[in-house]
Amino acid sequence: MGKPIIATTSLAGCFGCHMSILDIDDRILKLFELIDFDRSPINDIKHISQRCAVGLVEGGCANEENVVVLQEFRQNCDVLVSVGDCATMGGIPALRNTISLKECLDEAYLNGPTVFNATGKVPDSEDIPLLLNKVYPCHEVVKMDYHLPGCPPPADAIWEALVALLNGKPLELPYELIKYD
Amino acid sequence: MTATTESRKIVIEPVTRVEGHGKVTLLLDDESRVKQARLHIVEFRGFERFIQGRPYWELPVLVQRLCGICPVSHHLAAAKTVDRLVGGENLTPTALKMRLLMHHGQFFQSHALHFFHLSSPDLLFGFDADVAVRNVVGVAAKFPDLAVQGVMMRRYGQEVIKATAGKKIHGTGAIPGGINKNLTIEERDTLLAEMDQMLEWSQGAVKVAKDYTLANLDTLAGFGSFDSNHLSLVRQDGAYDIYDGGLRAQDAQGNIIFDHVDNQAYTEYLAEEVRDWSYMKFPFIKSLGPETGWYRVGPLARVNNADYFDTPLAEAERKEFAGVTDGKPCNVTMAYHWARMIELLHSCEKMQELLHDPDLQGEDLVVKGDRRDEAVGIIEAPRGTLFHHYRINEDDQVVMANLIVSTTSNNEPMNRAVQKVAADHISGKPEITEGMLNHVEVAIRAYDPCLSCATHAMGQMPLVVEMVGADGQLIDRKTRG
Ligand code: SF4
Repeated sequence: MGKPIIATTSLAGCFGCHMSILDIDDRILKLFELIDFDRSPINDIKHISQRCAVGLVEGGCANEENVVVLQEFRQNCDVLVSVGDCATMGGIPALRNTISLKECLDEAYLNGPTVFNATGKVPDSEDIPLLLNKVYPCHEVVKMDYHLPGCPPPADAIWEALVALLNGKPLELPYELIKYD
Repeated sequence: MTATTESRKIVIEPVTRVEGHGKVTLLLDDESRVKQARLHIVEFRGFERFIQGRPYWELPVLVQRLCGICPVSHHLAAAKTVDRLVGGENLTPTALKMRLLMHHGQFFQSHALHFFHLSSPDLLFGFDADVAVRNVVGVAAKFPDLAVQGVMMRRYGQEVIKATAGKKIHGTGAIPGGINKNLTIEERDTLLAEMDQMLEWSQGAVKVAKDYTLANLDTLAGFGSFDSNHLSLVRQDGAYDIYDGGLRAQDAQGNIIFDHVDNQAYTEYLAEEVRDWSYMKFPFIKSLGPETGWYRVGPLARVNNADYFDTPLAEAERKEFAGVTDGKPCNVTMAYHWARMIELLHSCEKMQELLHDPDLQGEDLVVKGDRRDEAVGIIEAPRGTLFHHYRINEDDQVVMANLIVSTTSNNEPMNRAVQKVAADHISGKPEITEGMLNHVEVAIRAYDPCLSCATHAMGQMPLVVEMVGADGQLIDRKTRG
């Protein structure tokens, strides 16, 4: 039996949840010994290459590519965890759900005080993914097994959750580790 | 598309070990020469629009959710802007110094993260090294001391942020006109206890980056490099400053384009071009126009632009850095790493200086003055000059928001670096290897791009290569990993 394999990704998040993973500090060096990373922003593995025990997902889905990545994670991970408020409920990016996508694009690419736009068009090339009309939390796109609240969840909460999942224990976090800001 | 029938397209997606979502496309002609190379930023958030209607005092805690890598930058840039909205821009010494300490803590953690966790694998193992070891886990196995230092230095910066902002990520310390806490004696002493170690490691980190750059100068000088303008804040007396100051821009030879520009007037000097193939805009200096007015920001630009550092160790290192180019601006892309480590050392010295300052235990935290309905706040973030600009109505709601985040200014430079590396290392080669593609990413990584911020978004950059014929048919596809 090899080491358990973990994959992580950031969809429509701010990377703060990934930073919180790194905030487990020197325990990260221990983690490197206990597990192997598959696809993750910290290495150059661009797509999941093997069956993973745990997938950690930061951010919800704001464009078509986010959906594809999330589906890749669901297909290849035994346990899939929404890490943080963006994955769990869309978070701050979902503030745009009350406004039409067109208005958001116009503001950024046509109306801003420093905009120089000779063509009068917003970015729309086939080389960039289509934006979704709304930002969706992960569980509205695929089944998620757990949700870790917080913006970001405290490093200790992520650590406790990982240790429990890797040991096949039920995920029961103490009250002090459940934070919502 | 105007490609010939024989042309091919290569896609690197997502680009990894940078902070943010991006992809690279290379268009090849029938002799496998690179005709076009582009870095596309593939995310869009829409912050400028959806924060309209929110009360202004939410901005320092709301807008930092653009970026969890350097949230302190957005937290402080928004706070500086909001200070002006409430007429509280002349902070008390305690508030100002708490914010400075927070900011240097962030530079320290962010630069350590980038150098040790993300970039050191390229420098230690080589650009062509095996994907399996070319990452921080590989560094931990082969160079455990260095990995431990990286982890502990980042942790130290995060502890400084927690002590000043209340939380390591997305803190709440800065409020309109001031700060909501001072530094307790216990917090100060805990941080000071590790200071000597941090200073020693910082000097070691500068040495690693310097030795690497000087030993490989001949190769690196050509690697993804080009002449460019450089933009940053500088203090009134020309000193390096990351919290406040006026805008200075100089060209590749060191001729000043503008200097000490008032932050409130930035729209007269800068504009951002929209191109349809990227969600990230392309800023340029208005007087020069979009063709030649683009510029670099971040460590390289700052170290080039500053007349001096006001701390002794960093100033000695700056002199050595400037000596390589006879005091002229350095235009070598890979020298970003060296400049970044000099900044890391400076932030360490600054933290030491601040921690010994009794003003941090002061009780006078907030000031207020005459309200304004529009303001600009500019700050140097780890990745470069960061602009926040807000207008509010009589009900204190935001009615206009403009953000030029640091990495955006490096959009054109990163694209130039990609073009240069692609032309030098991929053009005309019969087969394209994973290592060649990593060369392209190494050049992007030198800028420490935070593409999440840049699109007011976040994520990572993986790598897929597709060769597509002009008829749109997929000829070949390679996936890394
Ligand atoms: S939950 Fe918070 S920290 Fe995590 S990605 Fe979203 S905004 Fe960033």
